[in-house]
Amino acid sequence: MTNPAQTQAANLSNQSQLPDADWYEAYARDRVAGLLDPDTFVEFIGPEQRVMSPHLAQFDLTGAFDDGVVVGRGRLDGQKVFIAAQQGWFLGGAFGEVHGAKVLGLLRAARDSAGKDGPRAVLLLLDTGGVRLQEANAGELAISEIIGAILEVRNAGVPVLALVGGRAGAFGGGGIITACCSRIIVSKHARVSVTGPEVIETNKGVEEFDSKDRALVWRVCGARTRYLTGGADRYVKGTIKDFREAAIALIPHAPPFELATLKAEQKRLADRLQQFGDCRDATEIWRKAGLSEPERIADIADDAFLAIARPKGADHDAR
Amino acid sequence: MEQFQVRGAAKERARGSRLEAITGVNASGNLEVLVERVLPDRECLVEVATAVTGFREIWEAVIQEFFERSSPGGLRFSINDGGARPDTVTLRLMQSARLMEAE
Amino acid sequence: MNEIVDKVPRVDIPGDQVDFIVEAGKPFYVEPLFTRDPASVTENQILMGMTAIKGIYAEYGVKRLNHGIGFPTAAIELLLPTYGEQLGLKGKIATHWALNPHPTLIPAIESGWVEQIHCFGSEVGMDDYMIARSDVYFTGHDGTLRSNRLMCQTAGLYACDMFIGSTLQIDLAGNSSTVTPGRIAGFGGAPNMGSDAHGRRHPTAAWLKAGREASDGPKELSRGRKLVVQILETFGEKNKPNFVETLDSVAMAKELNFELAPIMIYGDDVTHIVTEEGIANLLLCRSAAEREQAIRGVAGFTDVGRKRDRKAVEALRQRGVIRRPEDLGIDALAANRQLLAARSIEDLVTWSGDLYRPPSKFRNW
Repeated sequence: MTNPAQTQAANLSNQSQLPDADWYEAYARDRVAGLLDPDTFVEFIGPEQRVMSPHLAQFDLTGAFDDGVVVGRGRLDGQKVFIAAQQGWFLGGAFGEVHGAKVLGLLRAARDSAGKDGPRAVLLLLDTGGVRLQEANAGELAISEIIGAILEVRNAGVPVLALVGGRAGAFGGGGIITACCSRIIVSKHARVSVTGPEVIETNKGVEEFDSKDRALVWRVCGARTRYLTGGADRYVKGTIKDFREAAIALIPHAPPFELATLKAEQKRLADRLQQFGDCRDATEIWRKAGLSEPERIADIADDAFLAIARPKGADHDAR
Repeated sequence: MEQFQVRGAAKERARGSRLEAITGVNASGNLEVLVERVLPDRECLVEVATAVTGFREIWEAVIQEFFERSSPGGLRFSINDGGARPDTVTLRLMQSARLMEAE
Repeated sequence: MNEIVDKVPRVDIPGDQVDFIVEAGKPFYVEPLFTRDPASVTENQILMGMTAIKGIYAEYGVKRLNHGIGFPTAAIELLLPTYGEQLGLKGKIATHWALNPHPTLIPAIESGWVEQIHCFGSEVGMDDYMIARSDVYFTGHDGTLRSNRLMCQTAGLYACDMFIGSTLQIDLAGNSSTVTPGRIAGFGGAPNMGSDAHGRRHPTAAWLKAGREASDGPKELSRGRKLVVQILETFGEKNKPNFVETLDSVAMAKELNFELAPIMIYGDDVTHIVTEEGIANLLLCRSAAEREQAIRGVAGFTDVGRKRDRKAVEALRQRGVIRRPEDLGIDALAANRQLLAARSIEDLVTWSGDLYRPPSKFRNW
C-alpha cells in the first residue's frame, strides 16, 4: 500500500523561488506563476467564484473550487498570452464539464480577440488522463470542441503551445489535443498518448503490452521517444524556468496554420509510418534511425540526451 | 458525503492585507483549502466538504485547536477534502493562514 | 531458480547442502522491501524527522543506530545532508549503521555522513552501488556485499545506541504491535533492535545519558539504556488511530489461545515516542500515570489523545518530558519537501552516480 499522495510542496508564498521549482511536483497555479512574468497573471473564473462541477456530488465525490483547471491571461517575456493549466492531482486532471468549458472559453476568447491587441500565444499546460468518467459525455464534447477551437485560434494567427511534464501526462483526448497544437514542449516525465497502457494490456494481453513495465511505457509514449520521432518539438530539463525559456523561444517559430503545413504534416506522418511502422519498441526505432547505443538512450541523463542529434525528419515545422 | 461548518472566535484579526489564498489539492490523502478575508475581525469559520463520513467530532476538535493556536480572525476557510488525516488538515489550515498573513 | 548455469559468480549456499533443484520458467520477483520513494514522503513526516534529529539524535549524540523501514525513517535519512548539515551534525551523529541497504541513505553516504554500514541482507537494485562503496559496506573478495543476518542482529542488539522505527499501534504503556485484525505482519528485526540488551557493558555517551535519565540512583551504578524510539503518525490508513487503549493483539491472543499477545516492542523498552505533535520522553517518567499522560500528550486527535489530562500534559511539557516542535525551535511550516536531499527515485540514481538501479515499479521516465 503506497503512502497517501501528500507529496505536494505547499504553494510557495515566495514567488521568486518558483521558476527554479520542479515542474513535475508543482501545483497548476504555481506552474503558471513561475512560467509567466512576475505579477502579470490574472485568473479568469478563479476558485473564489466556486464554479464547480455540478455532477460529482451524486457520485459521493468532493470537487475542486476551480474544477481542476486554472485559466487566465498574463505576460510571457512582456508579450500578452492566454494560459490554461490542469491540476493533474485532481481526479487525474481529467476533463469534466466545467473544466472543459473553461479551457474552451479561453480558446474562444483568444480567437475572438486575435489581432494587434490580442494574445501573442495560448499556452496549454496539459496534465490529464483524458475524459472524466463521471462526466463522460460532457468531457468528450468539451474535448472535441476544444480541438476545434485550437484550430480556429491557429487559423486566426495565434500559436497554441502544449507544455507536458506532469504526473498524469497527456492521455486520451489530452493526447489528441497535444498533437493539434502548433508546438509541443516536453520534459523527461511526460507521456503523450491516446490509449492508456492498462487499457492496451486489458484489451490486447500482457504479451502485447505489459503496463507494469514502466520503462516500456515511457519508451513507447514518453518524452524522449516523442522528441526523437518528431512528436514533440522541445525536450527540456525539469524546472518551470526550463519550460518558460522553451516557450519564449518557440512562439516566434510556430508554423502557420495553412494548407501547405497540413500537407507537409501528412507527408511527414506517412514517411514516418513507412520507415518505422513495423518496429516493436522505441529502441528498434532509434537503431533504425541510426542513433548510437539505442538501448541506453532511455536511461542516460538529460544533458547526454540533449546532446544527441535528432534523426532526420524529427525536427520539423509540420504540425 | 458530509458538509458542515465549524465557527469560532479569534483573539485577534489575522495579520496582513491579502484577501484570498488557496493551498493544497483535493487528491487522495490531501485537501484543498480556500481562504477568504470576509468575516468580522474576531470571527472565523471553516466549511468542510468531505466524502469520508463519521469523523465530524475529530474535524471539530482539529479546527477549534487551529482557531486557538493561530487566531485567524476575519478568515473563512473552505475545504474540499480527499480523505486527509487530521495532521494534514492542521498543516494545510496553518499554511493557508500563513499565506494570508504573509503580505 | 531462474536458470541453471555452468558456473555461479558467487556461492551463497554450498551444493552439498542442496537437495532439490527446480528451474522456473520466469525470473523470481523480489519485492524491494527497504526502498521508499522520496516522492511519497509527506510534510508531516519531514516535520517528525526534523524533530527526531534535533530532539534525539543531536540531543544524545547518537552515532550507532538501526533504522526500521518506513517513511518517517526514510525522511530522516534524506534530511541528514540538509537539515542535519544546517545543525552542524556531520560526524557527530549517524556514522555507524546496522542497516539493510536503504536507497534513501545514498545522499547521506555520498555527502560523507556514513562511515560504516553492516547489512542484515541485501536490497534490489543496490548491488553496483555497494560494490563501488566498499569503503562503507562490508564486501568480500569478489567485491560484492557480505551481509550476515546473525552478526547484524547481534550488532543491532548490543552495539547500537538507538533503534528508531514505526509501528501500527501503541497502547498507554508504550507496547507496540503491527498485528491488526485481518493482518498478521511479522515483526522483522524489531524485537531485537528495539530491546534494551541488559548484557551490554561498553559505555557510550548516548547510552549513559539515556540510562541516567531513567534512574535516580547513584551515577556509577546506573547502567545505560538503549534509545528505543517509536516514530509514527497519530492516524494511519483510512484515519485509523495508531494510539489505542488496548492493542488488537490482545483480542487476537484470546481468540487464538496464545499465552502472550504478539508484541513487537514492549513498553518498558521504549524510551521515546515521536509523532507530529512532538516527542514523549518515557525515560523521564516516574510512574505509570506519568507514562500514560506522556503518551496521550503526543497522541494528537485520536480518542487516546483527546482524553488527555491537559494540566498533567502541560506539567510534563514544563519538565521537558514532552517537547513540541516549537519547544525545539522548529517551525512546523518550515517542514517542506525542498528540505529533502532527494525528492524522487531519480534523484537517488543521480546521487549514486547512476549506480543505483531502481526496480521498474519506481520508474517514471
